[in-house]
Amino acid sequence: MSDKKRGEKHLGNIKGFSIQFLPYSEIKDLNSDDRIRKVLGIILSNNILILQGRLNSNEEARLIGDTMAMIGHIKDFRGIELAVISGNEKESIFGKMAKGFANILAGGDFSAITIIGPASIVKEMKRNPKKIELLLNR
Amino acid sequence: MAIKVFKNFFKMVLANLFKNNKEIKLGFYGPPNAGKTSLANRICKDFTGEEIGSVSKVPHETRKVQFKEKVEISYKGKKMVFKMIDTPGIATKIDYEEFLKYKMSKKEAKERAKEATQGVIESIKWLDDMNIVVVVLDATENPYNQVNITIIGNLVARKIPVLIVANKVDLKKADIKKIEAAFPEYEVVGISARFGDNLEEFYESIFRLSKKVQ
Repeated sequence: MSDKKRGEKHLGNIKGFSIQFLPYSEIKDLNSDDRIRKVLGIILSNNILILQGRLNSNEEARLIGDTMAMIGHIKDFRGIELAVISGNEKESIFGKMAKGFANILAGGDFSAITIIGPASIVKEMKRNPKKIELLLNR
Repeated sequence: MAIKVFKNFFKMVLANLFKNNKEIKLGFYGPPNAGKTSLANRICKDFTGEEIGSVSKVPHETRKVQFKEKVEISYKGKKMVFKMIDTPGIATKIDYEEFLKYKMSKKEAKERAKEATQGVIESIKWLDDMNIVVVVLDATENPYNQVNITIIGNLVARKIPVLIVANKVDLKKADIKKIEAAFPEYEVVGISARFGDNLEEFYESIFRLSKKVQ
């Protein structure tokens, strides 16, 4: 089997989507409303977002709430899959806080990577402390 | 001067008296189907004779926040009064087609999905009102789920004491150590809400956490 054919077999019928990387500098100066709006804008355009850093926990909860409010109002939208992987998993929250006030205000952990995708594209994100696996819908 | 001192003393005594008698708002949070209502039911049944809500194998059975007020829990001669708040499971996605697997009509499945989305929003709103939260996790599932991390992160940000319960320890696949490894900063109590296993340790932890809010 040629490489091309082998590749096709693995990809199956995945419909078009793209992966968008968002450096933290793009959301650093935004307030929570605008951050969430920006993230949602990317996801609702059928993109998988890879964000440098992470939203703070309050923003994550608001993102979940806002996406729930959209289900049933936006065609084929069923919510999101969300995972954060951090370089400092073993460090305590207090340890992280000691790292600096600026980090806390900014929502954490620049070593973290956040992956958010629409549930219509991403079937599941399997996460363990060191890796994230994305299972896509076919 | 003496009157002022007496007044202040009287005020303090009254305040303490009121404080000790007030209900502690105890919330049950977690992902869908982890056993929040099963645990809340077991506690309510043991101490009031009544359950708080219905349980089902179908996810999102609890779609509205449900309460049981003035639940007096007695443990080792101590008593505390709680307002039990059972919340709908928090999820990041809800697909009505998932409910069709449970022999539901399309209409029923869509209605359930709609109510479930509203339930998630309601659960998040209620976070601010809790005194203590029990995060109920299914010990047979992978704990590294962002919903779990988001819930706990929000509770920490609000300085609400948290107890993590690893439910379904009666099942072979249950792995409490994995939950402990995922949340090393928190106390994890393994229980079976279905069979009532290890509830003594659960009550012990709840009473200890309650002291922090009294």
